[in-house]
Amino acid sequence: MEAVTAIPPFERFYLEHRDVVLAFLRRRVDRAAAEDAFQETFLRALRAYPRLEHGEHLRAWVLTIAARLVIDRGRRERPLSHELPELPVEDGLPAYAQLEHLAGALPPTERAAVVLRYGYDLTYDDIATALGSTPEAARQAASSGVRRLRKETT
Amino acid sequence: MTPATSLDHDSHENGSKEPVSPDLDRRFREAAATAGLLDVGFDVVDSPVGPLLVAATGRGLCRISFRPDPEEQLDRLARAFGPRILRSAAAVDTVRRQLDEYFDGRRRAFDLDTDLRATAPFARRVLDELARVPYGETTTYGVLAERVGAPRAARAVGTVMNRNALPIVLPCHRVVGANGSLTGYGGGLHVKEQLLRLEGVLL
Repeated sequence: MEAVTAIPPFERFYLEHRDVVLAFLRRRVDRAAAEDAFQETFLRALRAYPRLEHGEHLRAWVLTIAARLVIDRGRRERPLSHELPELPVEDGLPAYAQLEHLAGALPPTERAAVVLRYGYDLTYDDIATALGSTPEAARQAASSGVRRLRKETT
Repeated sequence: MTPATSLDHDSHENGSKEPVSPDLDRRFREAAATAGLLDVGFDVVDSPVGPLLVAATGRGLCRISFRPDPEEQLDRLARAFGPRILRSAAAVDTVRRQLDEYFDGRRRAFDLDTDLRATAPFARRVLDELARVPYGETTTYGVLAERVGAPRAARAVGTVMNRNALPIVLPCHRVVGANGSLTGYGGGLHVKEQLLRLEGVLL
């Protein structure tokens, strides 16, 4: 049996990740939009908090919420924009949702790396921040996750 | 004395590490409390007996502590009430106002909902009796024990006072030894003296 990391009281989780989340948002949208998204990110995290099953990779988790907000916002505001790559959509699900579903069986670090890289188009620097590791380790986790996925889906 | 290397490092980090402003922080904490998303909201309240950590759930006041460092309280509150704990002035507004009035001598009784679900049944009975001891009066551990129908349990009543989750509001400072001595107090004997002086029991 693997020891499960306890879910910290929300105050501690918020204090630990708030600066990283704001910085992540500021690199993508202007200040006003980033502050709106910041508040919404942590409100969504609060709503989902009771459903967390363990305290692993909480930084990746909250950055995933933030990234999804920015993507959804972009779709809403610029539906015809060419800045966003056309993501393959099946059954009306955006790429990140499909990937989360597909990657569900991977070990947690690989799953987070794959979803953040290919579902949210994050850089390896950002993923390293999210996972608390290095860009090189993030790249390795994503590529071994993809290899494992290929094996399992073929 | 050339900070050049660290400056380079900082300038790289600058764009990616802008701290959350106090204003943004406050807005989020207030929104969280207003949206009713918290298991526990707490804040640190200044008082003449020192800073107090005050916490409330959706049901009511659940903790007043003379040890105001949140880090000391967070895990215990989470175990008792759930992990969605956040510091938020808005969550304890009513309590803060009533405590201010009490310490100003303008309030003799608290009108607050309380959440004592983390308190054991015997202790609940004792605290219910304790809540009836009026402002400006004292009683003894033995008398309280009799009132809950356990006349031999004066010592157990002392333990309940010692673990009172809501000191000041549930007035364990009004309970003294049979010989009139102040015996003990969670916030320190000088705080007990100060509260009894405020209420006119001690000169």
